[in-house]
Amino acid sequence: MTRLPVKKTYKLYIGGGFSRSESGRTYEAEGQNVARASRKDARDAVRAARGAQTKWASATAYNRGQVLYRLAEMVEARVAEFAELCSGRDEVERSIDRIVWYAGWADKLPQVLGGSNPVAGPYFNFTVPEPTGVVAVLAPDEPPLLGLVTRVLPPLVGGNAVVAVASEARPLAAIELAEGLATSDVPGGVVNLLTGRHAELAPVLTSHMDVNAIDIGGANGDASELERLAADNVKRVVHGRADVQSPWEIAAFLELKTVWHPMGQ
Amino acid sequence: MGGGLGDRALRSPHAFLRDKSGARVAELDKTHSEVGVPGDWTYASAPESRDIVHIRDRYGYYVGGEWLEPAETYETIAPRDEEPLAAIGQATPEDVGRAVVAAREAFADGWSSLPGSERAKYLFRIARILQERSREFAVLESLNGGKPIKESRDVDLPLAAAHFFYYAGWADKLEYAFPNRRPRPVGVAGQIIPWNFPLLMLAWKIAPALACGNTVVLKPAETTPLTALLFCDVLRQAELPAGVVNIVTGDGRTGVALVEHEDVDKIAFTGSTDVGKAIQRQVAGTGKKLTLELGGKAANIVFDDAALDQAVEGIVNGIYFNQGHVCCAGSRLFVQESIYEPLVAKLERRLATLRIGDPLDKNTDVGAINSAAQLEKIRELVASGVEEGAEIYQPPCILPEKGYWFVPTVFTNVAQSYRIAQEEIFGPVLSVLTFRTPEEAVEKANNTPYGLSAGVWTEKGSRILWMAQQLRAGVVWANTYNRFDPGSPFGGYKESGFGREGGRHGLEPYLEFDE
Repeated sequence: MTRLPVKKTYKLYIGGGFSRSESGRTYEAEGQNVARASRKDARDAVRAARGAQTKWASATAYNRGQVLYRLAEMVEARVAEFAELCSGRDEVERSIDRIVWYAGWADKLPQVLGGSNPVAGPYFNFTVPEPTGVVAVLAPDEPPLLGLVTRVLPPLVGGNAVVAVASEARPLAAIELAEGLATSDVPGGVVNLLTGRHAELAPVLTSHMDVNAIDIGGANGDASELERLAADNVKRVVHGRADVQSPWEIAAFLELKTVWHPMGQ
Repeated sequence: MGGGLGDRALRSPHAFLRDKSGARVAELDKTHSEVGVPGDWTYASAPESRDIVHIRDRYGYYVGGEWLEPAETYETIAPRDEEPLAAIGQATPEDVGRAVVAAREAFADGWSSLPGSERAKYLFRIARILQERSREFAVLESLNGGKPIKESRDVDLPLAAAHFFYYAGWADKLEYAFPNRRPRPVGVAGQIIPWNFPLLMLAWKIAPALACGNTVVLKPAETTPLTALLFCDVLRQAELPAGVVNIVTGDGRTGVALVEHEDVDKIAFTGSTDVGKAIQRQVAGTGKKLTLELGGKAANIVFDDAALDQAVEGIVNGIYFNQGHVCCAGSRLFVQESIYEPLVAKLERRLATLRIGDPLDKNTDVGAINSAAQLEKIRELVASGVEEGAEIYQPPCILPEKGYWFVPTVFTNVAQSYRIAQEEIFGPVLSVLTFRTPEEAVEKANNTPYGLSAGVWTEKGSRILWMAQQLRAGVVWANTYNRFDPGSPFGGYKESGFGREGGRHGLEPYLEFDE
């Protein structure tokens, strides 16, 4: 007699914990019942992100790099599971390599993006990149794993906290990634993953006054209304591509701070 | 009525002196007599001659290297005495359209494909001509904008020229600015600038745009178009190809037309946060690149170990420079409790020595308020401060009869919730608040939707660096304030906008990348 397998309950990942939608709703995707996040879930996720962001940003760059590298280790350990939830092993391996690639940027960004400025006066003047704060990401529908990794890692490595909405049609890879995040050393709340309807969640995140930047690359349909909503608190709007890898992707979620100090005896 | 309170403050600053300040003024007089200053010395002004400036009766738009005649005009005035200076065109959407066409033609017709080294030489020429004609520009800037000649001569003009010089050098080095990216110009840039640093803001906008190979349609502020219009003569002398820079004048309607024009590829705006948000909404969905340099409510934080006299100079420079018409003005002063009383006493005493008056007088420290509308806004907010319960101090001074003036003002006993501690006043008005610990200073300083700039005063190096890290602002001045340089990136966090002007970072808004 074959054994009946135990099926997984697919939940949201908010503040380091797995929870059902407070609305009690689910929707069916990839043959599973997946939590359908509500406006309140989105707001809770932003709150969790805000609460976790300062500590994540103030960790040393070396530490952030190691934590993200550890995430790659966690995904590597589950290659087979991930491969079933996306286009296959190749997508998983590219995702892992991309995580490792970005992990290595944590302690190099200020050297590439900042520097000292030669001002005409007796001042020492330098510019450093800093995280913009809380970043919302609408992940592209395809590829379900690599697309999410491509969009979440750049804000993350820069010291931001992220609220990401998974691929609407294929959310299972995101939930699997949440399990990887939960068992890695990424602090709870630094990455929050929501599953549900983009059309429902996108306006909530885009108009949220405590979200500093939004990546609407994965928004379905017309993004102009989202861009309009983003103006309420002068949000940074990024149109992220699903498969790209560059330090400039990180820079899009960074602020530049310039400090002046007199030099003298 | 809010305006009524402001009126009284303006005409009779004494009406607002707090009880104890009478004694303080008397003390000042006594100090003066001790050092042997005769009480009956009359002030001798040192006016800069305005003969060097020739203002036309009427200005059109500078489009495609020629002057277009405006259908409708308005009057631009000198805020120091409300003297009418010239009739200025109110550009219609059709006028803006002509300017955009001229810019597009110039872009396609050689400017964008000109070798960077040649573009550089035009910008170097412009920098040199500005240096050569700086006196003329400084006088015109002070006349039309109301800022002290001392500032336009020593700050605005040298910095404007330096900005062109700096970006000139980038024009043929762009491929070194962004590793592993292939830069190309964006196209036609629509640029809208404010009235507080009219020529300097023009330089901040035009220099990087041209260095990167773009062409420009620029709209100066409604109240201060004259230096931008005189700048067209610099372009003529530099023999800049026609259409590379086009200047259209007018009020907000002209700005809207420029932002809405479908053949503009990039919008750069410096101004208020409200207008910035409106522009961000307008640009939504169009794919236009956008940078916003918006308002501020900067915290200037003084610790108990700071060099107090230097700090007082920095505070005064922070909020009374350019009549406080500065987006990064240090309008919220946070003083560590243990030095609150001596610092405020020194500050008020220093205030009494500021010379307020004719912008063209070389002795003037604080000039005229830029416009009647801005004066009304300042009065209204100052009245709200009094109403909400803050204590006001204004030094005794005699203001000119005509023109727009506001006495440098210090509010003490200010709560964080007061409008004067929350809203950008854009005038010579300082709110003083206190703190005990560095953590408290950071929390209060960051308690604003703005994030443009901040100041820190302490002798302790480690604390400076810690504070600089904690403050959510794009520019942090430590033991100094209001310093600017073309090589130093400037721009805000949060609702103070996005994008940087100055430095290598200031190139990015004017470039696209093939990757």
